[in-house]
Amino acid sequence: MKNVQDRQDCYQISHTREDSKLIIYLSGEFALGNLNAFSADIQDLLQTNGIRAIDFDLSEVSYVDSAAALAILNLQKTAASGDILSRLVNPREEIERLFGVIDQDALSHPPLKTKETRENLVFQVGENSLAIVRDLVGFITFFGELMAAITYAVLHPRSVRAKDVLFYMKRAGVDGLPIVGLISTLIGLIIAFMSFLQLRLIGANIYVPALVSFAMVKELGPIMTAILVAGRSGSAFAAEIGTMAVNEEVDALQTMGFDPVSFLAVPKITALVIVVPVLTLYADLFGILGGLLVGSIGFDMSFQTYIIQSLKAVEVFDLATSLIKAGVFAVLIAGIGCQKGFQARWGAQDVGKYTTSAVVSAIFLIVVADSFFAVIFYYLR
Amino acid sequence: MENDPIIAVENLAASFGDNTVFTDVSFQVRRAEVLVVAGESGCGKSTLLKIMIGLQKPSFGRVYFQGVDIIDADEKQLNHYRRNIGVLFQSSALFSSMTIGENIALPLYEYTDLDSETIELIVRMKLGMVNLTGYENHYPSELSGGMKKRAGIARAMALDPAVLFFDELSAGLDPVTAAELDDLILRTNQALGATMIIVTHELESICKISDRIIMLDKEAGGIIAEGNPKDMKEKATDPRVRNFFLRQAPQGGASRRAI
Repeated sequence: MKNVQDRQDCYQISHTREDSKLIIYLSGEFALGNLNAFSADIQDLLQTNGIRAIDFDLSEVSYVDSAAALAILNLQKTAASGDILSRLVNPREEIERLFGVIDQDALSHPPLKTKETRENLVFQVGENSLAIVRDLVGFITFFGELMAAITYAVLHPRSVRAKDVLFYMKRAGVDGLPIVGLISTLIGLIIAFMSFLQLRLIGANIYVPALVSFAMVKELGPIMTAILVAGRSGSAFAAEIGTMAVNEEVDALQTMGFDPVSFLAVPKITALVIVVPVLTLYADLFGILGGLLVGSIGFDMSFQTYIIQSLKAVEVFDLATSLIKAGVFAVLIAGIGCQKGFQARWGAQDVGKYTTSAVVSAIFLIVVADSFFAVIFYYLR
Repeated sequence: MENDPIIAVENLAASFGDNTVFTDVSFQVRRAEVLVVAGESGCGKSTLLKIMIGLQKPSFGRVYFQGVDIIDADEKQLNHYRRNIGVLFQSSALFSSMTIGENIALPLYEYTDLDSETIELIVRMKLGMVNLTGYENHYPSELSGGMKKRAGIARAMALDPAVLFFDELSAGLDPVTAAELDDLILRTNQALGATMIIVTHELESICKISDRIIMLDKEAGGIIAEGNPKDMKEKATDPRVRNFFLRQAPQGGASRRAI
């Protein structure tokens, strides 16, 4: 048995002519690998002038695969369309059997379902609008179920699966510390460096620590942390629940009398609500440290001055709002992650689609929520 | 050459960490035969299959395909081997993002230089062979379990491989669909002359379609019986083989073990 590509020269075709009858002798191996070559050779012979009948002599054929058999049948059809009678002669038993299993009706049978084609623009806009509405309805329904599950969990704290909560706290929180710390340090470092370069021109270097700490605590800490958590954990939640949904594990939970939202989503949301505010504080701290590095190494500001100036700009109210924001972002990330996961139904592609959607939607909602918070906290102050 | 075994397995051993699956498995597969690898759950049938299709390395031993060792084969030799085998996985493993037609056409586009018209025709022919005529534009999610298996067989046969492997051919299917699949396997074996290696514990299938059975046993760490199904069923003296064919739990042992 040879590889499909090793068969190029494994066959021979010769012919003799008896008046208007052509006898084509096939010998050797005919398969996918040499299908194009032998088809072209036989096609050339079919062009011979004055032929009324053709015999394909298969007595010397040592191997033929189903694709090659199909090609030979097709060549017979081509011959028939030119009013040439053709037949297969002297096939070995197994070769005859192979020709026998090719169902001619199947070859010309129209597909039971037409190929999906691109619809026109109006149809696509309509479809997508409907999809958005369906998404929105799905989200509201899920949000309702989630709120009911959370209320139940608050009233019955023992019903929350503590082991799962701890597991996800480690996954989303502890395992995320290095990347959150690194990114926050770099952000603090960049803000400090850029503002030093600008404020130095007007001799206002002293305000850089305040700028860094204010920006980190009020906006960048919560937002950067939320975006990182959405990328790390929101996607993981969606993929995990999505794969479970595809494997019918979610259906299994339901038939066993568990509420999938309580069972799968509540532990994840609880874990994120606990760890995201902690991660946010941690990000604030590392952002300020990043600024401190630039201030003390690059711009000769003493450690003490930097810390004092940093603290001047931040109040307890700011820290509190930062933590509230972090808590809300956590609910958004985990909620969207779980909701998208539950939507997956058909296979790997669905899981990928909803995982992407979970991250994109979470980041979008984080920014939208942050805009609301900016206005609300301005008036609250 | 024709009488040489197409696949030879020599002294194969496999283990996961401390868990030994089997310690010494040797057998040969003749051309165009239907060989069934049977045995109770956990006896290493699927591990043996994975080693034979090059997805897993054994801890010891050799597997030869037409005299070439595939265990120490380089990537090129392994790819050559893979093009000459077709595998039907237990879950069918059809690509969910592609239609049935695209699933079958994929290896044809990848490994041949045929034009798309010819490939479409070959796809229709393969679908006809597995009684799925007209289903080329359906997605796997639109098919039933038995249809998915048949589509999986059509994909495994796409390149007319010399050897076809089937993992738990009729697992999870109703008896009628399972019997239809058995018939399909027999027809395909007779028509294409392909060697077929079937891993299963379904007795009906074993007796109906196999030319030869190899029976593995977990505690023996390898093959405990080999022969044609009729002889094994009627003449086997080994109580483990007899229990398997009589669908009986071993005296005391398995029931206690399972609990």
